[in-house]
Amino acid sequence: MRAPRSGDQVLIYLGRRFVSLCLTLVVASILIFGIIEVLPGDPAAFMLGINAQPEAVEALRDQLGLNQSLIARYFDWVGGLLIGDFGQSYTYRVPVAELIGDRIWVSLPLALYALVLSTAIAFPIGILAALRRGGVADYGVMGLTQLGIAIPNFWFAMFLVLIFAIQWRIFPAGGFVGWEDPVAGLMGLTLPAIALALPQASILARIMRSALIETLDEDYIRTARAKGQSRRGVIWHHALRNAMIPVLTIIGLQFSFLLAGAIIIENVFYLPGLGRLLFQAITQRDLIVVEGAVMLLVFSVVVVTFAVDMAYALVDPRLRR
Amino acid sequence: MRWPVSLIVGAAFSVVFAALALISFLWTPYDVDVLSIPDRMQAPSGAHWLGTDHLGRDIASMLMVGARTSIAVAIAAVGIGMGVGVPLGLWAAARRGGLLDEVIMRGNDLIFAFPSILIAILITALAGPSVWNAILAIGIFNIPVFARLSRGAALSLWSREFIMAARVAGKGAVHISAEHILPNIANLLIVQGTIQFSVGILVEAALSYVGLGAQPPLPSWGRMLADAQTLISIAPHMALFPGLAIVICVLGLNLMGDGLRDLFDPKLKQGRV
Repeated sequence: MRAPRSGDQVLIYLGRRFVSLCLTLVVASILIFGIIEVLPGDPAAFMLGINAQPEAVEALRDQLGLNQSLIARYFDWVGGLLIGDFGQSYTYRVPVAELIGDRIWVSLPLALYALVLSTAIAFPIGILAALRRGGVADYGVMGLTQLGIAIPNFWFAMFLVLIFAIQWRIFPAGGFVGWEDPVAGLMGLTLPAIALALPQASILARIMRSALIETLDEDYIRTARAKGQSRRGVIWHHALRNAMIPVLTIIGLQFSFLLAGAIIIENVFYLPGLGRLLFQAITQRDLIVVEGAVMLLVFSVVVVTFAVDMAYALVDPRLRR
Repeated sequence: MRWPVSLIVGAAFSVVFAALALISFLWTPYDVDVLSIPDRMQAPSGAHWLGTDHLGRDIASMLMVGARTSIAVAIAAVGIGMGVGVPLGLWAAARRGGLLDEVIMRGNDLIFAFPSILIAILITALAGPSVWNAILAIGIFNIPVFARLSRGAALSLWSREFIMAARVAGKGAVHISAEHILPNIANLLIVQGTIQFSVGILVEAALSYVGLGAQPPLPSWGRMLADAQTLISIAPHMALFPGLAIVICVLGLNLMGDGLRDLFDPKLKQGRV
């Protein structure tokens, strides 16, 4: 009997993860659909206003497909999602995919911008703290990051606006001009991205520090040093590479926190992103928009988590078990 | 035994906030239900230590009453997370590798796919915005945190000799989980509980800020910040103090969590995150 090759094991592992990814998405879609559809409040009656004739409401319910059975409507919805058809918005009277498509170009760049900022801040200060363990720099970083975790990002955002938009007028205070002028677009997202990145950078810096400290204590680091490799060489070639595993997980997890956090931060800066779309849709009972947007956010969280798992399996053979 | 400094500082901050919340039931400097428009947006002074808001209410009094909301929501949410998550985690560990374990853990993955703000949005769509909404959303978010933690910790205990002994003595899984495993993971749960408490305060503030949590007239730190936002260039103190209250309270709880962890397990101190 031959032992399974490691390539097979990776495939089996990825296959199992993929099945669980699909199952998660199916159950999530049932949950989201279930919650939204059992809601009191008839979208058709809402669209037509309080003075509508019952016949008109009934006709519109027919037109929107609201008179079909729950199960038929679920499969309609999911079938549409699979081909990118999110249905028709009840209030805007345009395809939901179009609405979401417009807004995603604010939310997604914002989350990515924040992720880049968070990583760019966290890596150097986390590494510095680990290399100067117990020193002034270490205490400084640990204290500052402790504070960074405790600061609500939307509150921080208000003071960023007060200082950098109202007092100094360097960045716009809110709104978004679109990507026709990429520089202006980026300027508009800078303060929100900084606000979003602050707590995430603090968490990431602490993870970076502890992961690096842990690897620096490993025997193979001492061996590499004993073989005559320079301290700098050991840190770059051995320690940092191995410390990256926990750090990468957190970066993957942070993406979902950043997307969710963007929902709140968009409110501070009046950014026309997915978050604001969601809030408008809720107040207008435009449930099909809520369904689509929530499903999309959950989808991206699940897929990013899967991608991180996949990256792992390729990097760390022990995890393929 | 030496008490960790972070524990002393953190506990002191936390006790101060708990005390302010409790005192607010008996006494506040001013009545938070009484509006006094002529006194609106006053800067901090001898009469109003932290100034007044846009409706002339005393901010210090509002913060005291708001502390109640924050603490109550966070405690209830940790209660939901622990109350549901810990039994699930222990159950999964007792049936490790089985179908039930798989179902519980995949259920956890599913909840993890819904950030708490999304849960809150769905519940708001369902039941309208309220403080209960915030409690449920944060509580549901806490369930997988506690389920994973208790499952992981319980798994390592199940292979230990004293558990074997209990099994040989004929005790069932429920008995063993409650009598032998739970007391041994209590420390971990307390530390995590403190951390989730601080997370709860931050999330409650965020939900109330966007209008999904506490509704007026119930004072809440998040709502105070929402009111302050448009007035920030005229009355920055309205935004400054509620935010500082959140920061100090969360910082205190996090320090307390770190301190408790050091106290329970000094070995972890070096590599702590």
